[in-house]
Amino acid sequence: MSYVRPKFRHPQLPKNKLGYTTREYEGSLSTLCAGCGHDSISTAIVQACFELSLEPHRVAKLSGIGCSSKTPAYFLGQSHGFNSVHGRMPSVATGAYLANRDLIYIGISGDGDTASIGMGQFVHAVRRNLNLVYIVMNNGCYGLTKGQDSATADVGSKSKAGSVNPFEAIDLAGMALELGATFVAQSFSGDKTQLVPLIKAALSHNGFALINVISPCVTFNNNPGSTKSYDFVREHMDATATMDFVPLQSVISAEYGEGTKTVVTMHDGSKLALNKLEAEWDPSDRVSAVRALYNARLEGEVLTGLLFVDSKSTELHDIMQTSKRPLNSLHQSELSPGNEKLQKINSVLR
Amino acid sequence: MDPTNTSDPEYFHKVVDCQYACPAHTPVPEYIRLIAAEKYTEAYIINWESNVFPGVLGRTCDRPCEPACRRTRVEDQPVAICRLKRVAADYRDERQLAEYIPTGPFAPNGKKIALIGGGPASLTVARDLAPLGYEIHLFDEQPAGGGMMRTQIPSFRLPISVLDEEIGYITNMGIHTHYNTFVSSLRSILDKDYDAVFVGTGAPRGKNLEIPGRVEGIKNIHIGIDWLQSVAFEHTHAIGRNVIVLGGGNTAMDCCRTSRRLGGENVRVVVRSPFTEMKASPWEKEDAMHEDIPIIDNHVPVEFVVENGVLKGMLFEKVRAEYDAKGRRTLVPTGEPHVFMEADDVLIAIGQENAFPWIERDLGLEFDKWDMPVLNSVTFQSTVPKLFFGGDAAFGPKNIITAVAHAHHAAISIDLFCQGESLMNRPNPLTNLVSQKMGIHEWSYDSVVTIDKRFIVPQADKKETLKNRKLEVELGFDEATAFREAQRCLNCDAQTVFTAKRCIECDACADVCPTACITFTTNGDETDLRSRLNAPSQNLTQDLMVSELLPTGRVMVKDEDMCLHCGLCAERCPTAAWDMQLFSYYTAKAGIVVHG
Repeated sequence: MSYVRPKFRHPQLPKNKLGYTTREYEGSLSTLCAGCGHDSISTAIVQACFELSLEPHRVAKLSGIGCSSKTPAYFLGQSHGFNSVHGRMPSVATGAYLANRDLIYIGISGDGDTASIGMGQFVHAVRRNLNLVYIVMNNGCYGLTKGQDSATADVGSKSKAGSVNPFEAIDLAGMALELGATFVAQSFSGDKTQLVPLIKAALSHNGFALINVISPCVTFNNNPGSTKSYDFVREHMDATATMDFVPLQSVISAEYGEGTKTVVTMHDGSKLALNKLEAEWDPSDRVSAVRALYNARLEGEVLTGLLFVDSKSTELHDIMQTSKRPLNSLHQSELSPGNEKLQKINSVLR
Repeated sequence: MDPTNTSDPEYFHKVVDCQYACPAHTPVPEYIRLIAAEKYTEAYIINWESNVFPGVLGRTCDRPCEPACRRTRVEDQPVAICRLKRVAADYRDERQLAEYIPTGPFAPNGKKIALIGGGPASLTVARDLAPLGYEIHLFDEQPAGGGMMRTQIPSFRLPISVLDEEIGYITNMGIHTHYNTFVSSLRSILDKDYDAVFVGTGAPRGKNLEIPGRVEGIKNIHIGIDWLQSVAFEHTHAIGRNVIVLGGGNTAMDCCRTSRRLGGENVRVVVRSPFTEMKASPWEKEDAMHEDIPIIDNHVPVEFVVENGVLKGMLFEKVRAEYDAKGRRTLVPTGEPHVFMEADDVLIAIGQENAFPWIERDLGLEFDKWDMPVLNSVTFQSTVPKLFFGGDAAFGPKNIITAVAHAHHAAISIDLFCQGESLMNRPNPLTNLVSQKMGIHEWSYDSVVTIDKRFIVPQADKKETLKNRKLEVELGFDEATAFREAQRCLNCDAQTVFTAKRCIECDACADVCPTACITFTTNGDETDLRSRLNAPSQNLTQDLMVSELLPTGRVMVKDEDMCLHCGLCAERCPTAAWDMQLFSYYTAKAGIVVHG
């Protein structure tokens, strides 16, 4: 009987710049259903953080409620974590971010946590351009309560019990684009070659980065007729581009066909090399992203990959011109500068 | 790569590294689990079936299984397989054992077999064939059976009672033993009415060292194995205070440790090669050094120094090892002056040779250029159809477990021969593959991987053991320690069996695997695939398990090298595409005659 992972690891695991292997980024053993897409996303996050050589203690994981929101226990076991109230992860993340802008924030949410109970919070986090990687583990159902249709279930999608969803789905990526999100991507839990570079790009983005990841619920929504099953997504997956994340100070080595290569330079100087698969699409053109997303929906396809990025985005602290330093590093002399300063301010207001 | 054919039992056989490395292919994980379950008698009988001398081998085996142990790939030390075997022997229940061990009388089948030599090979043939009704005559020049197990292995490593018990299980089957009978002519045996004759006479001649002073000092210069035998049969009771043992093998270790018990105080082992290249097992070297015996390497014997007919010591030349591009070693003199070492007695333990002075050369038995009988390496049959060889007598000096393995093959051949079957019509091993699933997180084996380090076998007080050559040094594991050591076994026979048509490619197995041995990728040739796996794949002796093509056009590739057999892949698999299945592999035995 094993609820524990063996302590042994492959002795020749590669090491990153910090001298860490992926082991230093692991969490505890997942208690989700066997085969859950969320576990693959957790592994992709581990891989992305490992490859970026992030120091685990500089990362904060935040989540709401649901199967998705349990996953921060299963990755980055040595990072900060906050499992918040249902749908309220964005406001907790906002508070944390305003208090300490030096940490790297990863928010984990699900389709229920984001598109239903947390919708009000989600939209405001987007429009405020909070510097947060916001990953939606989207399985189109409420897996934790036995698989009822969620707000992202496609109209016409059939549940395991056989009922057909009569309601239109909320398109989180489309909505984020509409609300002015500065980084929007979609992916599939079963495609780590796409998901890992997307997470790395999102972590390098200066502002709100949404990755809506289709993540099949293997227990309640992996049946024929479901549009969020492994088989359906694999058959209907379309990608804007294949991509490579090129860290700072590295040279783009991949070969790309003439005229299809686009390079996006991220805020931190790292680069995204995109090999475009959609002719009419340009990752820096929000309208083209909306159009590509809409066209894919008309064709019954799931458009994945990077949809839109504004690499010059201005995030929340810069918009509000708040302290450049975390609050916990401010001393009393700075927080309470004394009577003389107060008189100066008052004199300006007279 | 082509999909791996896991229906060929040899594939999973290779995954069970210990069993695969064992010449007799003893089902190691199987008996270790039985020990953990306190079923010592059952564990003993699994061993007895396969290697015939569990009590002896649990103390003296060369343990080819241990360097092969999978655990050495993730930590320093293998499971103490050999000493766990001893646990099975130590705690077995004789009354319960009687239910398993056949004692006869067996219905005679009318065939008569002669076994020449009473060592492990002949005894194994006897045990395999006696229950089938063969009338077996065993000849040995010594007053008791056991061969080198009795004459060369000192009692402080192998108590005589342990040996006697295990020989007794065999001779009690109604074997006709002819001890104190030296066979001086093979013709005399072949001329009798035996249906088949087996030669298991070992490699009885210790190599000599012909250097100056050898003849003059003869009184105090002894051949190691002859001297050990003389000690075993109580003809020799003492040795000088200063002793030099020449040689770097296990016999040298037995010689030096026996010398310490017979009055040797200043006992040294002197060996030509560097310490690390000595033939002796590391644990035997350790035990010798623990008894205050220095091992002096890189010294080549030059001369026995004899004054007035009395041995004074030896001269050695200091050398260093140099290696050419092909890794071949030459010992190059360092040019330093020769080293003198004081000695009252010298024991020469520099190797053993085969010797067949009692075999007439006009019997139609072919010998090769090394004066060894020409044998079929599968059947162990010689060029005289009814004459078979096994053990050290077959292909030169090896070890007990190899002799046992030879003898099993020879017994099958003898049986086929006597039944008029073709010797190549050999029975297959008995194999099986059974799911171990009991529940979502539950297997019928302990899948949890412990991080306990190898436990050390306690030893008796050195002060006592050095006084009494019959006092066994190793005390063996107690039951509690044996359990914990047994739990270190990774259960490599719990195989990861993959069914491609069930796989939905959710990646759960690859994500959870602690040692990253599972990869889903596009197919390629082996070198290419190995370069694209989730973790480095550098151990080319371990196979890749490749699935049939999956719906996304990829294949599942599992590198068997680092798999811990923890079962997590199967626990995290939603469709039971992975399953942990217990693989059993029992080598064929004489008596299963294959018709057709």
